[in-house]
Amino acid sequence: MSTRRLAEQFEDLAKQDHAARLAMWIFLASEILLFAALFALYTSYRAMYPDEFARAAAHNNLAIGTINTFILITSSATVALALWAVRGGLQRLAGWLLIFSIGCGLLFLVLKGVEYGQHFRAGIYPGAGYRSAELTGQGVVLFFTLYFLITGLHAFHVVVGLAVLCWMTAGSLRGRFGPDEHVRFELGTLYWHLVDIVWIFVWPLLYLLHR
Amino acid sequence: MNELLRRLLFLPPQASTLARDIDGLHYFVIISTMLGALLVTVVGGWFLIRYRRAYVDAHPDEYDVQARPPLWMKIAAVGSLFLLFVIWWSIGIRQYLELRVAPEGALEIYVTAKQWMWKFAYPGAARTISVLYVPAGRPVKLILTSRDVIHSFYVPDFRIKQDAIPGRYTTEWFEARSPGVYEVLCTEYCGTGHSMMRGRVVALDPGDFDRWLGGADLETPLAELPPQQYDPPWVVGQTARAPEVDPVVIGERVAETQGCVRCHSIDGTPHIGPTWAGLWGSVVPLASGDTVIADGAYLTESIMDPMAKLHRGFPPLMPSYLGKIRPAEVAAILAFIQSLRDVEAQPAPPPATRDGGAP
Amino acid sequence: MTEQSRHREDIEAGDLFADVPPPPPPDYLRDGRGIRSWLLTTDHKRIALMFYAVIVAMLALGGIFALLLRTELLTPDQTIMTAPVYNRMFTLHGVTMVFLFMIPSIPATFGNFVLPIMLGAKDLAFPRLNLASFYVYLLGTGVTLAAMVWGGVDTGWTFYPPYSTSTESSVFPVVVGIFIVGVSSMMTAINFIVTTHTLRAKGMNWFRLPLFVWAMYATSVIILLATPVIGLSLGLVGADRLYHFGIFDARFGGDPVLFQHLFWFYSHPAVYIMILPAMGVISELVSTFSRKPPSSYDAIAMSSLGIAFVGFFGWGHHMFVAGMSELDAGIFGGLSMFVAIFSAIKVFTWTATLYRGRVAFNTPMLYFFWFLFLFTFGGMTGVAVATQSLDVHWHDTYFVVAHFHFIMVGGTITAFLGAAHYWFPKMFGRLYSERMGLLTSVSVFFGFLFTFVPQFLLGNAGMPRRYYSYPARFQWLNVVSTGGAYLLAGALLLTLINLLCALKWGRRAGPNPWGSHGYEWMTRAIPIKHNFETPPVITRGPYDYHLPEEMPHVDPQAR
Ligand code: HEA
Ligand code: HEA
Ligand code: HEC
Ligand code: CUA
Ligand SMILES: [Cu+2]
Repeated sequence: MSTRRLAEQFEDLAKQDHAARLAMWIFLASEILLFAALFALYTSYRAMYPDEFARAAAHNNLAIGTINTFILITSSATVALALWAVRGGLQRLAGWLLIFSIGCGLLFLVLKGVEYGQHFRAGIYPGAGYRSAELTGQGVVLFFTLYFLITGLHAFHVVVGLAVLCWMTAGSLRGRFGPDEHVRFELGTLYWHLVDIVWIFVWPLLYLLHR
Repeated sequence: MNELLRRLLFLPPQASTLARDIDGLHYFVIISTMLGALLVTVVGGWFLIRYRRAYVDAHPDEYDVQARPPLWMKIAAVGSLFLLFVIWWSIGIRQYLELRVAPEGALEIYVTAKQWMWKFAYPGAARTISVLYVPAGRPVKLILTSRDVIHSFYVPDFRIKQDAIPGRYTTEWFEARSPGVYEVLCTEYCGTGHSMMRGRVVALDPGDFDRWLGGADLETPLAELPPQQYDPPWVVGQTARAPEVDPVVIGERVAETQGCVRCHSIDGTPHIGPTWAGLWGSVVPLASGDTVIADGAYLTESIMDPMAKLHRGFPPLMPSYLGKIRPAEVAAILAFIQSLRDVEAQPAPPPATRDGGAP
Repeated sequence: MTEQSRHREDIEAGDLFADVPPPPPPDYLRDGRGIRSWLLTTDHKRIALMFYAVIVAMLALGGIFALLLRTELLTPDQTIMTAPVYNRMFTLHGVTMVFLFMIPSIPATFGNFVLPIMLGAKDLAFPRLNLASFYVYLLGTGVTLAAMVWGGVDTGWTFYPPYSTSTESSVFPVVVGIFIVGVSSMMTAINFIVTTHTLRAKGMNWFRLPLFVWAMYATSVIILLATPVIGLSLGLVGADRLYHFGIFDARFGGDPVLFQHLFWFYSHPAVYIMILPAMGVISELVSTFSRKPPSSYDAIAMSSLGIAFVGFFGWGHHMFVAGMSELDAGIFGGLSMFVAIFSAIKVFTWTATLYRGRVAFNTPMLYFFWFLFLFTFGGMTGVAVATQSLDVHWHDTYFVVAHFHFIMVGGTITAFLGAAHYWFPKMFGRLYSERMGLLTSVSVFFGFLFTFVPQFLLGNAGMPRRYYSYPARFQWLNVVSTGGAYLLAGALLLTLINLLCALKWGRRAGPNPWGSHGYEWMTRAIPIKHNFETPPVITRGPYDYHLPEEMPHVDPQAR
């Protein structure tokens, strides 16, 4: 039943799985550090321009930000359910759950696009392109530059995450993740959770903290 | 002793008041570094020879796999190194503070760096390029900024160095011990002309300096200086002398053209912003709860970055003049504000509305 | 009749000889022939050799750039190149040496080669990731070098904005190249950490790990923590050139000094990425050649972790004159000195290890001896520049240049050369010429001293770094330094030739020519593809010189 091959350098499958998980966790930690550098920039500039950051954050569309948060949390939950399903041998169910998650991810991107559109129409562009007349100030421009950088980098991760989810969906619909085959599936779900967790930090920084 | 070590270590002359102390620490640090490294090497080398395999094989009882230095030795080694570092640190940071905090009443000169030259603006209207004139025996404080990229103002003979950063004001100070010519080098890489971005500090006798500032002919004092010991700088001493006008007059005119007086009164009447009457040297209460003395640095900062330190009881209305006002103009306005130091401030500033309480 | 055909005949003779053991597997150099078997190999030893070749080439390339720099500095004004070329040249030198040579040097070559053997593993945990890291490294190197040669970058290896965002040169592709190289070292780092956690042989607990493995582990941790941050900050500088973000641009309210914080937050720990592996090598050398366990295993292992951790909090010492507050200067200076204590602990421990040992004096040991002096002196000058008031004079002068070359050339490269000689028999199964080894080693040392001691004095005298032309009074010291650089280059070339000759004509070495108790010497003279014929079971520590030599580290019962 198991098609899985034990790589030569490992003693047994348990060790091999442990190695794969450990590597994934380390990779995720370094991904978080990538964002941490941007958050550090955000924090420093926020300390320099507290009022302008507050004004700029208040201008962001809280509704979209919040809806997107819920969308991502939901998708994370269904991805977790899918893992549970795969563990229980219900691969088709897992496939459908993943398709739902992918839908959520796409919806997230669409809403993000709508929000970007609103910004562009208001003349809010990153850096040198900034040309809004109502909302001015160097801190405001910096805020929006960081806003675009952070959400852009996050959106890039969402896209990568979606690709991973697609691969997992195809696999589970074809029944490739047998009961002790699910390590790779598990790693994929971990990546999607990372995308979610990063957003949980982004949301308050960019939408909430302006009071 | 000082002179011998200075020459052995190739250090330049000690031309500022702080140089000698700093060199003292320098000798201490370098000598302990050399002795430490030598000690480790000699001990290591001695072991290499003493316990060489040929010898040890002939004297088997010299060999002891388990041999370890006693615990007290480890503690002593690490502990004394720690102590050494603590001493370096405590002298170093004290000197660093001295280097950074200019004494009261230092002469303030604005330095603007650009690729690849230094521009100096003195109190009053005098301005020079590449050659900085200062009085010897008086503390001089430089307020630096840059128009393009980061540069660094370095005078080896004074043991001072400070980056000039676009969008920021940094300061450094020195007191030349005697009249002379000292070299200025740019030490932050700034492009093609970086190594050519040199200049000179010409320290004049205080009397000569005052006469120079007042517009007197400079040739005389310069001629008496020791023959030039350095290569000519990139931009050979252009000394653009502005027409002799009283800086206070210029300052008043700038304050009008820049619109400062729309918000600041000069006769002490309350207005949108704090009055300038009696402001110079006074103790300013800040919104943060601290207080600050209204000296040149604080006032400059207030003009360039008003939000950094807010005067308590005033709204944060003042726009930043960074990039809109030239350093020389700031110097003139400061001279003007200084001239108002004895004007009686009229009624107290408006009650602190934010706290809602009685003044 | 040849051996092989006789063997075939034996087999054909039927079951009569059925229990004759199969022929021993070929060593890794012969296991598979042809260029494809190298380019597509997943054997960590072959990947290590490929890295080795490229990395030595990078060292030579960086060295050539250095010689050009030194030649230009022979005279106060123009000698062989113009100022813009000089500025591109020192950037090229710094970037090549730091990102393309030094950071991957010891980990990707010797680390890759011996770490799995030291752990008693068959390979790294992710052999294909390891191969991929080599190609990613090649790609990054290619992009970086191509961009620097064709476009030219003149920012210095530190890429400070606003200069880097305003200069005409092609910063963007270089930054991309460095980013790719960074990804490669992260792949190696993940591999090392996971391997150390999961592939230790039976009986190898954490305190039986060879010290080199500890050093690799600490290095990997720093790589993983710091590389994303540099990736991002360099990425921002690069992106700024495509689309003007102005994150560090004062005209947009940004703060150029913030970049310096981000950069040094990475790059200060990065200097420990460059020295920790060297320290690991030194620990192995000392113990092997004095036939003693290190005088304190725990001190060496734990101080690596101490450096890895505290090293993250000293970055501000590069910015004492960039307008930082006096309080910050005090904290950063103090913490920098604090990290130095850990390095000192190691130095003391190595020295104490020699005490009452049976010290063999040969080329690797000679390199150890140079290391002892050069690293201690270079490190102590590091602490000297961490002394705030002195750094005001020294910052960005040749004193700093001398400080870091003392550590990076005098420390890391001497350790690299020590390792090259020490592990040579294991890698290629042959011995180099000891006499030539000693001779080249001595000339490397003197070449080095002539190059970099004058630079300390130049720094004291006030000569700033990155200076294309300089005041004439600095000339004679510069001439001495240039002469030294040629001597050093010649000595290094001879070293290389000596090793290359040994490759072909060296005497054949046994499995353990140094009589070491380290695990990597317990395999065949040239290891087979999977390192050990039977999975080893570790029954003693790597430095147990009190146990008899013959005592195997493989427990016979386990077969
Ligand atoms: C491998 C690289 C490496 C290493 C390991 C180090 C190690 C250290 N460095 Fe260095 N450094 C660089 C590479 C390195 N550095 C580079 C590349 C730059 C320039 C960057 C640029 O601007 O381009 C730089 C610049 C630099 C500066 C900035 C100077 C300036 O620009 O103004 C400072 C300041 O504090 C500093 C400090 C230190 C300290 C305190 C250590 C410590 O970790 C050293 C610890 C070691 C020891 C202390 C030796 C062991 C001690 C003993 C055995 C004690 C014996 C003594 C007695 C008994 C008395 N370094
Ligand atoms: C690992 C790092 C490293 C190494 C090894 C070196 C090696 C050398 N460096 Fe470099 N250097 C830097 C890192 C390094 N440097 C950095 C980061 C800077 C700052 C750049 C900046 O300002 O941005 C710098 C700057 C720098 C300057 C200052 C430029 C300036 O500020 O204007 C100078 C000037 O003399 C210099 C000289 C040298 C010399 C003569 C060597 C010599 O030691 C080189 C000798 C080596 C060879 C000639 C190669 C020969 C090798 C072989 C043939 C292979 C042998 C291999 C085996 C045996 C296995 N370097
Ligand atoms: C729109 C009104 C306005 C204008 C125009 C203005 N200021 Fe101000 N200024 C203020 C206010 C309000 C404060 C008090 C709040 C603060 O400290 O920033 C202030 C504070 C200051 C201070 C600090 C004094 C203190 O007691 O804290 C200085 C110095 C100063 N201004 C100088 C200037 C100069 C020079 C100009 C013109 C080049 C100028 N100002 C133009 C409103 C203004
Ligand atoms: Cu200006 Cu270097
Ligand atoms: Cu550092």
